[in-house]
Amino acid sequence: MRALAAVAASLAFAASAQEPSRPQPLLPGSTFQSPEARQMQLDDFANPGMLWVERGQALWSEARGASNKSCASCHGDAAQTMRTAAAHHPRYYASAGKVLDLEGRINECVTKNQGAPALAWESQDLLALTTYVARQAKGEHIEVAIDGPLREAYEQGRRIYFERQGQLNLACTNCHDRSWGKTLFAERISQGHPGDWPAYRIEWQALGSLQRRLRACYFGVRAELPAFGSQDLLALEVYLAARARGLELAPPGVRK
Amino acid sequence: MILGRIQVPPNVRKGEPFEVRILVQHPMETGYRRDLNGQAIPLHIVDRLVCRVGGVEVFSAELGSGIAANPYMAFYAMADASGEVEVEWKDNRGETGRVSAKFSVA
Repeated sequence: MRALAAVAASLAFAASAQEPSRPQPLLPGSTFQSPEARQMQLDDFANPGMLWVERGQALWSEARGASNKSCASCHGDAAQTMRTAAAHHPRYYASAGKVLDLEGRINECVTKNQGAPALAWESQDLLALTTYVARQAKGEHIEVAIDGPLREAYEQGRRIYFERQGQLNLACTNCHDRSWGKTLFAERISQGHPGDWPAYRIEWQALGSLQRRLRACYFGVRAELPAFGSQDLLALEVYLAARARGLELAPPGVRK
Repeated sequence: MILGRIQVPPNVRKGEPFEVRILVQHPMETGYRRDLNGQAIPLHIVDRLVCRVGGVEVFSAELGSGIAANPYMAFYAMADASGEVEVEWKDNRGETGRVSAKFSVA
């Protein structure tokens, strides 16, 4: 009987390792914004992030690199081919032998298939293309499979998520699992979901990637900022996507 | 060419006001800030924006350094005949942008 209980306990532990703990109910980041910012996000014209979507749409059919191919040469109409892409990233690519987020996947195409130099992180072109692709999946639900080769990155992300960091000695979970909905300075703490990213942040006066937002949290707890594209940020992106499974995508978001 | 967006209802009623909305992509750098190395970031703003309906100027704005990045503007206009709303702007470095939208009067 005791052995059975032990087995049951270890199974329960295994199950909890399989499934990230997630806040109940799962609320998108816009829930915690002011009504004005929410309204701005919902209004497709007033949402400044749509400027990047528009720019991305133009870039989509613009030839680039040695191959003289555009994104559209292979992928055709993004509204069809990219309809669910953002919902399934980050993702493991066997061809590249690594986990790639949307930005990484776009750069993979830019360097390998278009034969052009990689787009710099947070460059306007990469942001525009990412936002354009992400936008196609608006209304789709985040679904990242972590039982496959994504497992390793997921575990790493989970470790970082629960690890206290920085001079303030805080882990992601301290705010985004235990204290969401509470007020921190002039902000309401969100649940920390990636569904609205890339997003236009009024504080930045610009659109930024999820990695830029994650770095802002590192800055907030006064920890060393991981570099853009680093394994730490990628792993966190994987964990956050798994944690937000089922949440509706609504990029580009608007944040204060 | 500076990117911008415009929204005008495709069908408007004669003599009734309709809303024109404009969004311009621009950093609107104030000229008062400094970068991480302490160097002054030069002023970079859209300083003039003009809107014409059927060739007639109906709205213009002189924007200053107090306007946030990616300026959004909305105003009302009236028209007696179908036509086009054209918006043109230029920034202090001489770069320009232009958007237009057609509407028909019912």
